Amino acid sequence: MAEPLFTVRGLKVALPDMARKPPFGKAPMVEILKGLDFDLPRNAITGIVGESGSGKSTLGRTLVRLTEPTTGSVIFDGHDISHLSEAELKPLRRDLQMIFQDPMSSLNPRRTIGSIIAAPLRQHGVTDRLSERVAEALKRVSLPESFAARYRHELSGGQRQRVGIARALALSPKFVLADEIVSGLDVSTQAQILTLLEKLAGEMGLTVAFISHDLSVIRRLCRQVIVMRAGAIVEAGPTDAIFGAPKTDYTRELIAAIPLPEIDPDWLGRKAG
Amino acid sequence: MTAALEIENLSAVLGGGQRVLRSVSLTVKPGEVRALVGESGAGKSMIGKAVLGVLPPSVRLVEGTIRLEGTDLGALGSRARRTMIGARTALIPQDPLTALNPSRRIGPQMTDRLVSILGWDGARAEARVRQLLDEVQIREPDRVVRAYPHELSGGMRQRVLIAAAFAAEPRLIVADEPTTALDVTVQQQILRLIAEMQREHGTAILFVTHDLGVVAKISQSVSVLYAGKVVEESDTTSLFSAPKHPYTLALMRATPRYTDPLASLLPVDEAVLAGLAEEIAAADRAWGSPHG
Repeated sequence: MAEPLFTVRGLKVALPDMARKPPFGKAPMVEILKGLDFDLPRNAITGIVGESGSGKSTLGRTLVRLTEPTTGSVIFDGHDISHLSEAELKPLRRDLQMIFQDPMSSLNPRRTIGSIIAAPLRQHGVTDRLSERVAEALKRVSLPESFAARYRHELSGGQRQRVGIARALALSPKFVLADEIVSGLDVSTQAQILTLLEKLAGEMGLTVAFISHDLSVIRRLCRQVIVMRAGAIVEAGPTDAIFGAPKTDYTRELIAAIPLPEIDPDWLGRKAG
Repeated sequence: MTAALEIENLSAVLGGGQRVLRSVSLTVKPGEVRALVGESGAGKSMIGKAVLGVLPPSVRLVEGTIRLEGTDLGALGSRARRTMIGARTALIPQDPLTALNPSRRIGPQMTDRLVSILGWDGARAEARVRQLLDEVQIREPDRVVRAYPHELSGGMRQRVLIAAAFAAEPRLIVADEPTTALDVTVQQQILRLIAEMQREHGTAILFVTHDLGVVAKISQSVSVLYAGKVVEESDTTSLFSAPKHPYTLALMRATPRYTDPLASLLPVDEAVLAGLAEEIAAADRAWGSPHG
């Protein structure tokens, strides 16, 4: 098997705890990630699941080096990116893309959709056939070419998230971080966006870290999953194995807490029928 | 028996005349939980707001009646209406942090309503609040009544608001997405708590949610809303065993289900949406004729 796209060893991240910062002086450091070891296999969607405060978003930010590890190493495609400077990271950035939870706040309101999608291309020195490339990017996410001239407020939530995907994929990256990208969407839109991401990941051979609090979504989309709690990995492995036979009480609890869209005759003594 | 809430033929329009509620009828029987489920923009929160008399000024009710335990709210003067709504209903909101005043301690915020609306004296209100905090399984009531909202976790804040909602023994509670902002394990505890409190007190609840998983757990009956129109109405068990409207079925198939990943998260069929658009247009044509 090919070597993993990411190899993460002993990853610790400590950040200043602003809530406990004294009026004068330094904020005390709080450890958000407490020594993580894992790999992200190539050409696969890996789910990262946990409740609020589990550190899953910090982990994502560290993978794309928006956050620098305190100790430990993050090896991306053979490069140790743990402590690279922004200049050293620049050539790798085109392969490290991200899609955010709220496309409303991650899309510039004053720029057209076309210029938003073209921005990463320009940044990485791609200047020829820009409008053609933007049209391709829109087509890829099933949006009409005419959307290039629109602004974010003219789009629905689902369409905005398609633009977020189009922008992230414009440079054909190796890796995409998707952080809670469907949490704010209606279920019908959610299904469309996930189906689209799954299709594109397959076609383009993407490696995706899919961060979500929703185990049902992860079950559907991801081949393997990392379960996090309080800055540590509770368990990790193939999705089927984790759901079929969770090894820890925490994962069992997390799975059992999901409200299924079906009648549960045992819940609070509800009688079926 | 008189229904706790009876909405009949309720229509609402925006300033520009655009119809946002389309002849909505629904009933919540005494002691029953009715779920009102739909996607964003379906008008489900708006119905809750209409019942509580807190619609934004841009929305105007143009037709229909809302009856609380048989009393037509539209037939009352505004002061009498507010008193009746205040005495007989309560709200469990989605976001407990914005619903609580950040600069006041929890205790007085909870007793206020009992004193000002029901005219209880302070000592009685305080005793009642303690009792309710105990019922919602808050272990350190002394600390909680003296705390400010930001000192409590999200789950604790939601417990406080549930206690506050039940404190005045309302006949009807409107719960507006009360678990949407919570982690899944906390959501489960809170749903269980609401269900237990509801049974204990025999309170009717209109439970607004977008989540069919929550509907299945909490409700006995359900109304499915699309574009301000009730497209299906049923008891909850039948809705899940045999959904009648194609939109209900599409929603169920779109809802993620870890037990059956391949049969869930399915995109809604274009034909279903086209059918809905036609249904809404037909309803508006039929409605539009007598109303000009």
